Amino acid sequence: MSDTALSYVRSEMVGESAPPASTVGLVGWMRKNLFSSWINTALTLFAIYLVWIIVPPIVNFVIIDATWVADDREGCLAGGGGACWAYVEAKFGQFIYGRYPVEERWRVDIVFVIMAIGTITLAIPTLPYKKWNSIFMLVIFPIMAFFLLVGGYFGLPHIETPLWGGLLVTLVVAITGIVVSLPLGVLFALGRRSDMPIVRLISVIFIEFWRGVPLITVLFMASVMLPLFLPEGVTFDKLMRVLIGVALFSAAYMAEVVRGGLQAIPKGQYEGSQALGLPYWKTMGLIILPQALKLVIPGIVNTFIGLFKDTTLVLIVGLFDLLGAIQLSFTDPKWSTPMTSHTGYVFAAIGFFIFCFSMSRYSIYMENRLHTGHKR
Amino acid sequence: MAVQEPAAEVAESGRASLLYDPKIRALISQVALILLVIWLGYSMITNTISNLERQQIASGFGFLGTTSGFSIAPSLGTYIVDYAEESSYGAAFYVGLVNTLLVAFIGIILATIWGFILGVARLSNNWVIAKLSTVYIETLRNVPLLLQIFFWYFAVLRSLPNPRDSVEFGANIVLNTRGLFMPRPLPEDGMGWVGIMVLIGIVAAFLVRRWAHKRQEATGEQFPVFWTSIGLILGLPLVVFLILGLPLQWQIPELTGFNFQGGMVVIPEFMSLLLALVLYTATFIAEIVRAGILAVSHGQTEAAHALGVRSGPTLRLVVIPQALRVIIPPLTSQYLNLTKNSSLAVAIAYPDLVSVFAGTVLNQTGQAVEILLITLAVYLAISIVTSIFMNWYNARMALVER
Repeated sequence: MSDTALSYVRSEMVGESAPPASTVGLVGWMRKNLFSSWINTALTLFAIYLVWIIVPPIVNFVIIDATWVADDREGCLAGGGGACWAYVEAKFGQFIYGRYPVEERWRVDIVFVIMAIGTITLAIPTLPYKKWNSIFMLVIFPIMAFFLLVGGYFGLPHIETPLWGGLLVTLVVAITGIVVSLPLGVLFALGRRSDMPIVRLISVIFIEFWRGVPLITVLFMASVMLPLFLPEGVTFDKLMRVLIGVALFSAAYMAEVVRGGLQAIPKGQYEGSQALGLPYWKTMGLIILPQALKLVIPGIVNTFIGLFKDTTLVLIVGLFDLLGAIQLSFTDPKWSTPMTSHTGYVFAAIGFFIFCFSMSRYSIYMENRLHTGHKR
Repeated sequence: MAVQEPAAEVAESGRASLLYDPKIRALISQVALILLVIWLGYSMITNTISNLERQQIASGFGFLGTTSGFSIAPSLGTYIVDYAEESSYGAAFYVGLVNTLLVAFIGIILATIWGFILGVARLSNNWVIAKLSTVYIETLRNVPLLLQIFFWYFAVLRSLPNPRDSVEFGANIVLNTRGLFMPRPLPEDGMGWVGIMVLIGIVAAFLVRRWAHKRQEATGEQFPVFWTSIGLILGLPLVVFLILGLPLQWQIPELTGFNFQGGMVVIPEFMSLLLALVLYTATFIAEIVRAGILAVSHGQTEAAHALGVRSGPTLRLVVIPQALRVIIPPLTSQYLNLTKNSSLAVAIAYPDLVSVFAGTVLNQTGQAVEILLITLAVYLAISIVTSIFMNWYNARMALVER
């Protein structure tokens, strides 16, 4: 028997032939994702047409035709008819601080810086000392910010709240809203899940009332009805009244968010802590709430985004937040051009977008971090 | 053994101290809470009464009958209530209510349609469409609604042409900076019959649907329910309309002086509010729809395809009915948000409930408590009715489950 009698058996594989040119690379990707059928092709062409009619005018207005440097309206009018960024630059201080006295603006800056550092360190999950950081941000920082911004103590001149404005008011309203609403919301969420019927009833009425009415009417209530409720001689200034309204309003939304977290905690956790003999407040404070609040961080961030956007409504009751300050600056004859209002709105939109978009990304990031279950 | 002695004492008296009985504790804290709430309510009411007396503001609801003396921009509310300056504050309230309901109703329908389109588009296999939809959603949902309303009202609709150089769409429809002018239908005798026919058509379509459903269950034969219903609801009134000899006149808007007179006008305030509400709320609805569709397990689609069902019917008969169950509860809260957000109308003076009633009427009468209570009650009622309806619909949808 010799080997030559055996039929030929291939001992090594032939190399794979390259895939058809139409299924790989850019062409293949486009065939698959853009032109797979005639409907798809039509959609693609339609979408490209939409982009073509929407994007170039915006880019032209915001960048190419824009006036970057000018002393007053003449400079912008002489430009290409695009955005008048020189106006934003001239009014920038007003957009950020309102009519807060220029020589005292360092106080606002300090508050902004501490707030930025505190929130960023709180937001990064890997950094230590979360407990002390949150206590600082929720208790010490608001007190500190109050004394710094209002003044009247420690030799700082008193600044009345009608002088506040711009981003400062936006942040004050939004952050007070969230800081006050968090403990209140936890209380009402616990109340809504309580075994005591009257506590439950009062919590449900509170939550459903505030969730059922628009924020505008709440602000109207805070500005015209609240003074009537108070005894004679007790008055709050307008910002304070708005803060009370916003805090109660967002407490109801926060309560529903926290309730979602409470419902997600397995029953065994309650039973386990009862078996250990922990009383109600210890069960909640040591076992349930730490887990529940961690679960609802994305929900809290989303509530904050909503609240942040809703702070613009305070301009309707006569406070000048970021949008209000911008709206107010349109009346300045020095910068009155046809492009001024467009520029102002684009600036406001970019400002709000940066804040809200980054927060929503953070909320998605936290959701993915917390959501370690089965995903497809 | 010494450790157990206190327990033995407890056993002798039969129970622990009353202070540690959970029932007693619950009772005490609830009574304390009730007393607190009553005290708060009582002091609020007495303070209000004394403050009102001091400021000499009238109280009670008598003001609703007095003449308002202000005019309201033309809108569906003023057409329906037939409002004029001599009308009462009560009439002004109805005008505001009708306008709020109008913008909320149309807004909800349009936002749902646009939101579903966007949500499906974001899941599209087409890369350009999906990215375009993503950019749209992420941009508009992160910009405050009030800013968007201002943008449409002050920046876009203000730059429309003057009445003298209006944009004409034909059929006597013109668009200018004062609004969108259209011919106004003036019904004549017999138009009522057409309305009755519409109702009969709807009932008949409903019956046909039930009959077709039963027949399909029994025999498997399908019946073109959709086209039959269209024919019944639209065709029947049309036939009656033609038989009665077109009992309808059109009042055509005409340019007199600096503005158009007559006809119907959609005011720019309404257009900008509606645009902003729809474009903004649709982004949230789109995300809800996307989440709902993603929540339907991929196995469902694969199983349908394995049974030979095509893509269209798969989406319509398998995916969407299951997705709806996830979609409806959050959709309800978006509808309520849209309704509540329509109160931002006050910023651009669209005559809605808040703008007319809690704005103008409140400023004229000064009766803040009564007016705000009525306004709050209306919004609460709208919220409750919408929730009840959507819960009913949700329950109906959930029945599909075994």
